[in-house]
Amino acid sequence: MSIWDFLLQFGGRLTSGTLYTVAQFLLASVVAIVFALLSGLGKLSRNRAIRWASIIYIEIFRGTSLLVQLYWIYFVLPLFGLTLPKFVAGFLSVGLNIGSYGAELVRGAIQSVPRGQWEAAYALSMSPAKRMIRVILPQAFVIMLPPWGNLLIELLKGTALVALISVTDLMFEAKQINGSTFLSVQAFGSALVIYYILARFLITPFMRWCERAMARKLSRT
Amino acid sequence: MEMSAYPLELPEDDRPMVRFMNVTKSYGALTVLDQLNLDITRGEMVTVIGPSGSGKTTVLRMLMTLETINGGVIYVDGKPLTHMPKNGVLVPANERYLRKARSMIGMCFQHFNLFPHMTALQNCMEGPVQVLGLPKAEARARSEELLEMVGMIDKKDQYPSRLSGGQQQRVAIARALAMRPKIMLFDEVTSALDPEVIGEVTNVIRKLVNEHDLTMLMVTHQMGFARDISDRVCFFYQGRIEEQGEAEAFFTNPQRERTKQFLSAVKAAD
Repeated sequence: MSIWDFLLQFGGRLTSGTLYTVAQFLLASVVAIVFALLSGLGKLSRNRAIRWASIIYIEIFRGTSLLVQLYWIYFVLPLFGLTLPKFVAGFLSVGLNIGSYGAELVRGAIQSVPRGQWEAAYALSMSPAKRMIRVILPQAFVIMLPPWGNLLIELLKGTALVALISVTDLMFEAKQINGSTFLSVQAFGSALVIYYILARFLITPFMRWCERAMARKLSRT
Repeated sequence: MEMSAYPLELPEDDRPMVRFMNVTKSYGALTVLDQLNLDITRGEMVTVIGPSGSGKTTVLRMLMTLETINGGVIYVDGKPLTHMPKNGVLVPANERYLRKARSMIGMCFQHFNLFPHMTALQNCMEGPVQVLGLPKAEARARSEELLEMVGMIDKKDQYPSRLSGGQQQRVAIARALAMRPKIMLFDEVTSALDPEVIGEVTNVIRKLVNEHDLTMLMVTHQMGFARDISDRVCFFYQGRIEEQGEAEAFFTNPQRERTKQFLSAVKAAD
């Protein structure tokens, strides 16, 4: 079967799978960014409880396997009375996992904003929250954008694991097509190319654009 | 001195703008300020000089409450700054108290510390809008007036990265003044500047001395400038005031041996 015949026959399923993958990616990104921000800030908090909650989250999700986390959230949590649809369990696991790496990026970026910035904001009598939101975070964003680009590509690739709990994403469709046709090269080849295109021609240019847009405003001397 | 021995408020007839009372600051075994007593009267311009490590910058940073205090109390306008009254004694001030107390103090830094993600005008409006809660239009008018005063109105929409050091420092002065402080602190504000732009910053400070009734405390290495504009000069040595006096007299006729040594060393370096 030529590649064109293959695409003609399975293009619809691959497209639908890709849309699921994109949806998983976008939702997991939101989860990752929110949790990275909360726990990155939390780790710097003066409040012990908040600091410890952040540390425990980071340790658990960074220190164990994403696949195991996925199975825990989908198969084990129901035993404790929390049942999540597989679609939700999918992006939640991936988001929580990547968020724990992101937390360190957030913390590191906040700490690398020059101390003088904090002092200047302090000297204007700004409250701790205002100092963080108005002065420190906008500058920390610029510092952490390039590593976030990497992390989001990592996240995209991580979403392939949700196929293992039967979310009908790109990887799931590729596996199904392979299972019924044994056209392994075409099935997994298309998946390979589509993941690459998403990472290389969507995420990377978008992050570059963000970096440029922010650098324009924030270039420091 | 016991904490209970410090008054909750200074008496009406003895209220300097700033009073350092037995102020001590140490980092571990290193004592940076040793039982400092210093009064600054309303509208006075006091310059602090001294060799590096003498504690002179610490004096300013303590007054801005950027450093915690290890002993003693600082009073501003008769009220405690570093402490707050609780059950009839002074206890270390909390964040909320400090925020209010320090709002009458403005500070300019050696490295300007303008917010790089805001234009010159936005830098000046930030405090009035976010902290004082002024309407934007009012904050803008106030900021533009101050940028005009420091000669930076033409550059109001520029980001700090597009401004020279001297220009950034002038914006930083406007930013501090936009909060309408009663006390201004200048911490080596010309030390990071190229020689040819120092004048534009010192001229702004000169203008402030002549036209405003601000109380000012300045750390500088520029003896000529200090002599010109200060009412009083304090020479710090190893965390203590070694000598102080009216500016002209201080420079023409220093009394202490260490002061003489320091002044002649600085002159030799010029």
